[in-house]
Amino acid sequence: MSSPSGLTIAVPRGALFKDTVDLLAGLGMDTEELRENDRKLLFEEIGVITMRPSDVPTYVEAGAADVGITGKDVLLEQGGRASDHGEGGREVYELLDLGYGRCTMVLASKRGPDPAVEALRRLGVMRVATKYPRIAARHLEETGRQAEIVEVKGSVELAPLTGMVEAIVDLTATGTTLQENNLVVREELMVCTARLIANPVAHKLKAARIDELLERLRGLPAASVG
Amino acid sequence: MIYPIPSGTRDVLPQETGEVRAITDTLRAAFDGHRYGEIYTPALEYESVLARADMAEAQPAYRVFDESGAVLALRSDMTVPIARVVATRYASSEPPLRFCYFAHCYRGVRPQRGQLRELLQAGIELIGAPAPQGTAEALTVLCHSLDAVGLKDYRVGMGDASLFPALMVSLQVREPVRHGLLQALVRRDFVELGQRLHDAGLEGEAAELLLEVPQRRGGSEVLADVSASAAEAVMGLRDVHQLLEPAVAERVIFDLGLVRNIGYYTGAVFEVYDPALGARIGGGGRYDELLGRFGRQLPAVGFALDVDQLHQALAGEERGTGLLLARPAGEQVA
Repeated sequence: MSSPSGLTIAVPRGALFKDTVDLLAGLGMDTEELRENDRKLLFEEIGVITMRPSDVPTYVEAGAADVGITGKDVLLEQGGRASDHGEGGREVYELLDLGYGRCTMVLASKRGPDPAVEALRRLGVMRVATKYPRIAARHLEETGRQAEIVEVKGSVELAPLTGMVEAIVDLTATGTTLQENNLVVREELMVCTARLIANPVAHKLKAARIDELLERLRGLPAASVG
Repeated sequence: MIYPIPSGTRDVLPQETGEVRAITDTLRAAFDGHRYGEIYTPALEYESVLARADMAEAQPAYRVFDESGAVLALRSDMTVPIARVVATRYASSEPPLRFCYFAHCYRGVRPQRGQLRELLQAGIELIGAPAPQGTAEALTVLCHSLDAVGLKDYRVGMGDASLFPALMVSLQVREPVRHGLLQALVRRDFVELGQRLHDAGLEGEAAELLLEVPQRRGGSEVLADVSASAAEAVMGLRDVHQLLEPAVAERVIFDLGLVRNIGYYTGAVFEVYDPALGARIGGGGRYDELLGRFGRQLPAVGFALDVDQLHQALAGEERGTGLLLARPAGEQVA
């Protein structure tokens, strides 16, 4: 597969999709078909493959894409800690903070007296529902709290409302969904934005093309390069 | 009834064994041609012996007790056992010493990404040959071996383990900040590296260099203006490169951000890439202080190839369908 940039780019469907396509359009790519056809996965003429955000590191690490765009939340969830990198972490280069897709990873619980605090005091352990079990476990461990992590796939907000857990760890952009479900943010863990990642071999063997892409991305007004 | 085998291990059947055997036979002949003698060491070693080396992230992962209660570990590479052999069995031999090996090593990696927990390594160790000549010889053997097995498009990334630390010192990065910066680089997270530089209050030219230099890779032009800040490392890379015969030199890509995840490397480090495979095929480097930990102070250099990855790269090149081969026709890899 070839493309104007000479690179295969993994593009995330979902919340980051629109901004990512705008970014590619800003680079002068013809993104019309990409916008219109949401069933097609492979856009050979522009060197783009589309997938869910959490699959982007997988395809990039394997070299099925040279570079990719995904959220920092995905990278943190799939990455290891500093001490177990190489065993847990994905082997990808993280090259650029693209600035968009800004969300905050929060710990939230039901409005009123914090049920998580009471659970910790009386039972010694809090139950936490999340789609990010590794991030949640790491945060609670680092803050010295015992927790039982309950991994859910769908709407995390449901879990504390049914009494299954006392708190959730989830990503929020505006906080509206939390509010509507009578949940309040208790702690902010980290801010997550879209990142450009690269396959380690492509980073060496296609160095000129990747550097050119970086240069052009840095030149775009949309990317607030950190 | 299916009887499982441990995660990260596998059975190798006759067709594949035959292909792998052809590769290892060719490598063995190539190593032998450069007068490297093949050795075997036990797969199990005393944990306390292996622990003398700083393995960082390639620590032995599997341990057992013997009947006397001693802790044994499955070796995670062959470099450390060979360092032990040299210090004990060759304690008074005149260097340089040349060894090669074909051996299974064991690592606690997370399987599923083509990484095995039991991996077959083929490699050499050149002991008692300092930089730059020793490094140049190792690179020459590496390239001759890969040429012999018929791998066509491979490249060798070469950096220096001391380069980034030297850069930090010469740009007066405060001691407590250095570890975090190096960790970000080891994780290949340049966004975090930038953030940490910013958080440490580093600005201007120093911060720019610390972020930009480790992202440089390419021909000798990337060495251009770092010589002042990391003079020794850059001189070392130049010296090695000048000693290489043209066919080997043109395989080399300088990579100023190259850091290996094994702690004992001291100088030049290298990794082998092929466009037919998304992961590295092997790597190596100088480990001038490791032998000293076993009681015989000798400079040394070596490399190890992951035979299964090499096999996959060869198959990928043959089919012409390697993942990263995708590129406009007739165009050279940058």
